[in-house]
This record gives sequence, C-alpha cells and structure tokens, in this order.
Amino acid sequence: MSKRRVVVTGLGTINPLANTVENTWNKLLDGVSGIDHITSFDASNLPVTFAGEVKDFDANEYLGKQHARKLDRSAHLSIFATEQALKDAKIDTEKRLGNNVGIIFGTGIGGIGATEDAIRVYDSRGPSRINPLAITQLMPNSSTGQVAIKFGIEGPSLTITTACAASANAVGEAKNLIENGIVDMVITGGTESGTTPMTIAAFAQIRALSTKNETPTKACSPFDKNRDGFVMAEGSTVLVLESEESAKKRGVDIYGYVDGYGSTTDAHHITAPAEGGAGAVRAMEKALNDAKLEKNNVDYVNAHGTSTPANDKNETAAIKTLFEEDSTSLNISSTKSMTGHLLGGAGAFESLVCLLSLKNNKIPPTINLNNPDIDCDLNYTPNVLLEKELHTAMSNSFGFGGHNAVLVFSK
Amino acid sequence: METNEVFDKVKGLFVEDLGIDESKVTMEAKLEEDLEIDSLGIVEVVMAFEDEFGIEIDDEELADVSTVGEAVKLLHSKI
Repeated sequence: MSKRRVVVTGLGTINPLANTVENTWNKLLDGVSGIDHITSFDASNLPVTFAGEVKDFDANEYLGKQHARKLDRSAHLSIFATEQALKDAKIDTEKRLGNNVGIIFGTGIGGIGATEDAIRVYDSRGPSRINPLAITQLMPNSSTGQVAIKFGIEGPSLTITTACAASANAVGEAKNLIENGIVDMVITGGTESGTTPMTIAAFAQIRALSTKNETPTKACSPFDKNRDGFVMAEGSTVLVLESEESAKKRGVDIYGYVDGYGSTTDAHHITAPAEGGAGAVRAMEKALNDAKLEKNNVDYVNAHGTSTPANDKNETAAIKTLFEEDSTSLNISSTKSMTGHLLGGAGAFESLVCLLSLKNNKIPPTINLNNPDIDCDLNYTPNVLLEKELHTAMSNSFGFGGHNAVLVFSK
Repeated sequence: METNEVFDKVKGLFVEDLGIDESKVTMEAKLEEDLEIDSLGIVEVVMAFEDEFGIEIDDEELADVSTVGEAVKLLHSKI
C-alpha cells in the first residue's frame, strides 16, 4: 500500500515575538528580537536575567480564572495555540473533534513551573498544604490531555519528551500516523514554559545559557564568533496535519506537505553533540530519503542554531558532510536568534517558519550575526531576509539526550 | 460565628481563591454540578477551609456534604 501524503492546513502560535501567526511572521522578516529582561519574577539573583517570555497574555481572561488556575502555564499556551490552529484550518472548535483525530505534542520539561511551586510550598508549609492539582499540572503529558479535553480529541495521543527535539519528533510521528492510515488528522506541536527560577539557574549552572545580561536582544547570536550560549524562551506552536485527501474533501487551503522525517540518536553524550554532528547527518539523510529528495533539492535549512559554541560548530560540520559541495549555496538561518530557544516547542515553531517561508518565498534572517567564525562558514542569511523562489525546506532539531529529529517540507 | 458569617467567608474563598462566579455561590448551590468543583477541586476547598477557619476536616466528614449550605453547616459545627 502506498503511503498517503500529509499536508498542513492550520497554524497557531504564541511565542516571545507575538501571539498570532501573522504578527510572528512579520517580526521574523523584520529581524526583531523577542528577548528581554525577565519580568514574570524577580531574577536579580540569577546569573542570567533575561529570556524570551510570552507577552500580553492573560490566561485568566482567556480561559476564565476557575479553569485557568487548574493548569500550568505550558498548558495555557498550548490551548491558546491550538484554538488558533484549528480556526485557521476551518475546524469548528465548538464541536468535539472525535475519534478520527489524534494529538501528539512535544515538551522538554512539561509543567516545570508547577513543580517548582509545589516544592516551594512543601518546604515552607509542609506536605499537607501542597496544591492537590500539582500532579495534574506538572506531568509532561498535562498539555496533551488538557488540549484533548478542551477540543474533544478522541483518537491516539502521545506526548514526546526528547528535550529540544520534542516537537519536531511530534510532527514527524504525527506524519507517520496519517500516512499509515491510522487517523486522517493529527493536532501536533509543542509547548514549553520553563522560564522559571530554578530551571534557568540549572541551565546556567551547566554553562548552556548566554550571560549577556546587559544586551538581551543581542545575546542570541547563532554562528557568530562571539556566541556564548542559548537563550531560554517559552511558547507553544500547533499545526493541523491531515491527509491530502482529507484536506481536499474539506476544501481548505494547504500550507505545504510534510514529506520527510528522520530521527536518530547520537548515543554519545547526554549534552554534547557527537563530533562532527554524526547523528545529525544521519537524521538529515533519513529525512531526505523519506521525502524521496536529492540533496540539491533543498532550498532552505532552518537550523537548530542555538547559539551555543558546540551546537553551531557541529551543525555546520554536519551540513557540510551531508551536502558536500552544495552546502556553500544552501540558504540557512536560525530563527532562534529572534525567538530564543523554545526547547520542546522549538521544532513545531520552526516547522511553522519553514511552511511560511515556502508559502511566501522569503527566508527570515539570522540576526546578531556580525563576526564570522572560522568553524561556521556557510550562508546563514545574516541580519537581512532573503527573497527567493522556494520549493523545499528542512528543519533541524537536536536535543539533550542525543536526540536528532529532522523534518522536510515542500509545497 | 453566625451561620451567615461562615457563608460570607466561604463565598469569599470560592470567589477570590477558586475563581468561581459570585452569582453562582448560594446556600443551595451543589458543589459539583453548579460550581464545577470536581474530585480534585474538593481537596483544594478543604485546604482553603482548614486555613481560613484554623480547623481540620477528615475525609469522612465530607461524606454528607454536597451543597454550599451543607459545607457551611459542617464548618459552623466545628468552629
């Protein structure tokens, strides 16, 4: 049986740049940074005092206080992004979506904010005063369950926690469910809200974060010689995936096809990438094979590009290994330079970027890229967007644990 | 403390802490059906009562409590 082709018919996002797809896209093209000093709590005693926080979003206003207070912020954001995506796909959000619709979400650390809150109460007031909703807020599958309840999604559900590759894996596994005929539609994406005190401190402790506290908007500088770490960010991005025939039957517009998915494991070190990005090379190769494309068919690579010294060097090496002589003509960019690192939400967000790039024939830039690095010598679309006829885009996501997930989109 | 004072405090907790619509909180209101307090929510309600009134409530004492009025009666008997 030939596999069914999978299309994207709806997009939704809330992230440090904006709370709608349109505003997000415009800011990406303009090269605007969504990073700023932390405002949701007093970060003055932390080694890192800036992050990409979602702005102008009041969960109590959106969901009602009685409902909102039962959920962690990561779930608030995912419900908000899902509602946008469903409406964009012309789906009636008042009706239950039913048994022919699945849900696969990715998250790195789930309701970590609820975990931190509960431990604070345990330490200050003892075990009998812990919030009885703590477990249902902190479990990594909380958002998946809450979104399913809200929109009546009754088909298969999965929550993937492969750190910063999580929502790329989610989109890939959603593709598998549809192309193999398990369901006709999957609501997929990712969510993260780890811009919380203990979590930032812990990432800072392993020297993963940029410490450019004086210049938050300039701090995330992927592929730049002076890059010094990634920038924590929060947000959720959701995509509606369905079979091509389902989309045609419903008569809805198609953003593009999810044609390739490659997933591999470094099996090397819990945080450091394998030398030369060997696991990344294999994942990119698998994704291209899955999409039945040749290397020279790829027009744009949305890089993982975290702005850590190790990632950007090894990702560059991986791209050169796979694309060989074509690597120098490849257009690459890291939109994390503007959003910061959405962790488990990154793969879904960058899928959105690829789809909008294909649709609009525009590649958003890598901002803050001013000082060339000898180890990062490809074309990363520095500081200014590129207009170009695009047919195929690739999105790279790599996570702590050695997880590599690569997606290929076409139009 | 008079019954109506207990009710006022209970209403305050429901509205301020739990975000329940003020107009729904009457003596007759059923906790589950009318106020949408589920099995997880009832643990929160008990914690809020214990903190507010400085008492302890055993799970068995809740067996006969399904309305706001019954909760007020239980609290009134314990303070």
